[in-house]
Amino acid sequence: MDLQAEMMRRIEDALPGAKVRLNDLTGTKDHWQAVIVAPGFEGLNRLKRQRAVFAALGELMHGSNAPIHALTMQTMTPAEAEQE
Amino acid sequence: MASAHDRIDAMVKKYPVMLFMKGTPDQPQCGFSQRVAMVLKDHGKPFASFDVLSDPEIRQGIKEYGEFPTIPQLYVNGELVGGSDIVSEMYIAGELQDMLDKAEMPE
Repeated sequence: MDLQAEMMRRIEDALPGAKVRLNDLTGTKDHWQAVIVAPGFEGLNRLKRQRAVFAALGELMHGSNAPIHALTMQTMTPAEAEQE
Repeated sequence: MASAHDRIDAMVKKYPVMLFMKGTPDQPQCGFSQRVAMVLKDHGKPFASFDVLSDPEIRQGIKEYGEFPTIPQLYVNGELVGGSDIVSEMYIAGELQDMLDKAEMPE
């Protein structure tokens, strides 16, 4: 399984129209950085946005042998992304 | 022995500013945990912390309790605030200071 492609697919499925940038922080495919711009974040606070992403990644993040150990992320709506 | 959930619940209710982290504030064992501990030390208000590396049951239990799969996790007044991303963003935006000021630590 190409983990990065799988992460991308799941986030895009869960957040239609999302633009996702993934960065392997350590080269070991278990510490990731994500920048996600999605219309679906509209009206969600920071915690709900992150929970939506964690839910999309599902078992990739949960359980002791989950492949992803750490995920740092920026979650923005298209409007917020423009102000960056 | 109380379940992990009950032990966590007790800590979160007892300490209005409660940080579950890897390591301790003075010896953090992970960059993300260190970032949150530094933000709290920078703010200067006393806070309680728990080293999840010292207790595998709490380390797993906190993820279920918070419905949040990573560590660190910061709780203020019994509510999950978030991990290092959210705490950092709120600190930069000045939102965290008000929240922490409203949290009453027991004397």
